Amino acid sequence: MRNLTLKAVPVTVALLTSTTALYAEGELNALIWCDHADAALLEPFEQAHDVRVNVKEYEGTAAGLAIIDQSRPGDWDVMVIDGVDVGRAVDLGLLAPLPVDQLATASFFPEVVMAENNVINGVTYAVTEKFGYNTIAYDRTKVDPADLESMSGLWLEKYAGRIGIYDYYLPMVGMVGLEQGINTADLTPENVESLRDRLYSLKAASRQVGEVVSSQTALATGEIDILFGGGEWLTAVLAAENPDLDWTIPSEGAVRWAQSIAVMADSERQDLALEFVKYVTSPEGQARLATSSCYWGMPANTEAGEFLADDQKAILRWDQQPEYLQNTQLYPTPDAELDRAMQDLWTDMIQQ
Amino acid sequence: MSIEKTEKIRAFGFVVPALLWTVAFFVIPFAVMVVLSLAHLEGRDVVQTFDLGNYVRIFSEPSLVKGIVVSLEITFVVTIVSVLLAWPLAWIIAMQVPKKWQRLAIMLAVLPFWTSYVVRSYSWALVLGENGVVMQTLIGIGILDEPIQIMATRTATIIGFVHFFVMLLTLTIYSNLVQLSPNYARAAQDLGASIWNTMRLVIVPLTLPGIMTGAFLTFVLCIGDYITPQILGGGNELTMPQLIMLQLGRRGDFPMASALSIVLMCIVTLAYFASARWLKMERV
Repeated sequence: MRNLTLKAVPVTVALLTSTTALYAEGELNALIWCDHADAALLEPFEQAHDVRVNVKEYEGTAAGLAIIDQSRPGDWDVMVIDGVDVGRAVDLGLLAPLPVDQLATASFFPEVVMAENNVINGVTYAVTEKFGYNTIAYDRTKVDPADLESMSGLWLEKYAGRIGIYDYYLPMVGMVGLEQGINTADLTPENVESLRDRLYSLKAASRQVGEVVSSQTALATGEIDILFGGGEWLTAVLAAENPDLDWTIPSEGAVRWAQSIAVMADSERQDLALEFVKYVTSPEGQARLATSSCYWGMPANTEAGEFLADDQKAILRWDQQPEYLQNTQLYPTPDAELDRAMQDLWTDMIQQ
Repeated sequence: MSIEKTEKIRAFGFVVPALLWTVAFFVIPFAVMVVLSLAHLEGRDVVQTFDLGNYVRIFSEPSLVKGIVVSLEITFVVTIVSVLLAWPLAWIIAMQVPKKWQRLAIMLAVLPFWTSYVVRSYSWALVLGENGVVMQTLIGIGILDEPIQIMATRTATIIGFVHFFVMLLTLTIYSNLVQLSPNYARAAQDLGASIWNTMRLVIVPLTLPGIMTGAFLTFVLCIGDYITPQILGGGNELTMPQLIMLQLGRRGDFPMASALSIVLMCIVTLAYFASARWLKMERV
């Protein structure tokens, strides 16, 4: 057997769709999630450093790694990555060490520093920048909040056909695991299989399984009343139009997402890349990132609160964070076997 | 060198660019995809094993088999419904609309082509929703008491597809109809055929090249489409392109994505052979 990297094989979609020239002077190339594409976030950095930040959005670590695989070393300077996947990127030699003394982690919420993810063998490779919850979002005018104090409320007959499921297997299998008393860190291929009936019955009661935009649309237009997997990241941007949209963390808990930012090991602009990381994790940058036009989320840096308006903090539930952080667990961090089991289960559920 | 040989070399020279284009952008990528489909994902690495494991999985795992079945069901329904709607529309434009207005009529018929495919699909999502125009009208005129679910169903996907492909089929059938001499219909009626029989036995068979060309294009585009089922289908069932995207975006499983793509290509090839005898592009 021959292990192939097959770099030439995957279609070079990523590079073809990249809209800006790489390697230009005074530029920084960032592989990001959509919240970093907000001009309100990027422009202050661009003006301060007289550079242009070229961004390429991606969804899902596998897609991000595929883009890097199809790129030339040094094409990318900065990468935003799921906090639980930092180790995976480090294993592939993609990330550069970060100088701990220059990072603002001292003023972070302690629970989201996530040294167990961002620090590998004593070396810091990434820093948490934003977090939030995959939990339950709902329309207050159509759903009794008391029903959702427990996750089992989702299976109530009265909500059949009124539920949407967020189409991302990692947090969602994690959530159903929590409902069944299994911590996200304790998921195995065997106990994931035991969630099959519960997932199937939820699918039978649901109206749709959708990604971010279709979930937002469905909740906003009243197609669904409950979004399983939703949270502040989904309802915050709709708050102005529909203040009745709300979210809750049930008694069983919820899954906490956290995104990290890192400098690429092959970057030829390491200093500038580090400056970008420092900017994004600074109080001002954090406030802008938290309220980005694509989706909102809690800033990792507590000092960002000074730069957020009271109504913005209310939407983010700033004051409830200690309680929420206590009652939520990180995404599952599956190895290849568990990941496959979870994805197979998720695909089977959709095809029911 | 003889004149004949020079002519042959010159003729070959005209073919070379197209040949190189096809080799570079079809033959080589296709060959790479075939080889890759015979590999498999081990952990997070692609391992070249030259076995048919991915193909065995495609035809044995229920979720993947269902992807093929769902794609075929949707595609057949869309193709048939689109033909049934497009033929009368094309006939009306070609035979009933005065010549000077036909260009305008065709332009109006294909007007939705001018909008973005994604925007059009999202528009349908709003139209077909509970608070959309369709449902509110049906409730308003008393046909329904309360909204029923169309959005996020297979029906929504089919409606979105049919809207798009009726335009395409109208064009291919119209261009076929306008080439028909009116003498065919006159001759049939002189010989005693009713209007119905003239249509059934003369006009429709003569427009088969236009119908089949449009139907084949509909089949190919529909079965390979990712956007419409993704936006309108509500993720309640996955078609083959959605399964392919799932392998690429989520699993990073390029071998399985390649194998699924090849199966998809085989289905399209079979559709071509099934309709090849009627595919006469010069007639449309």
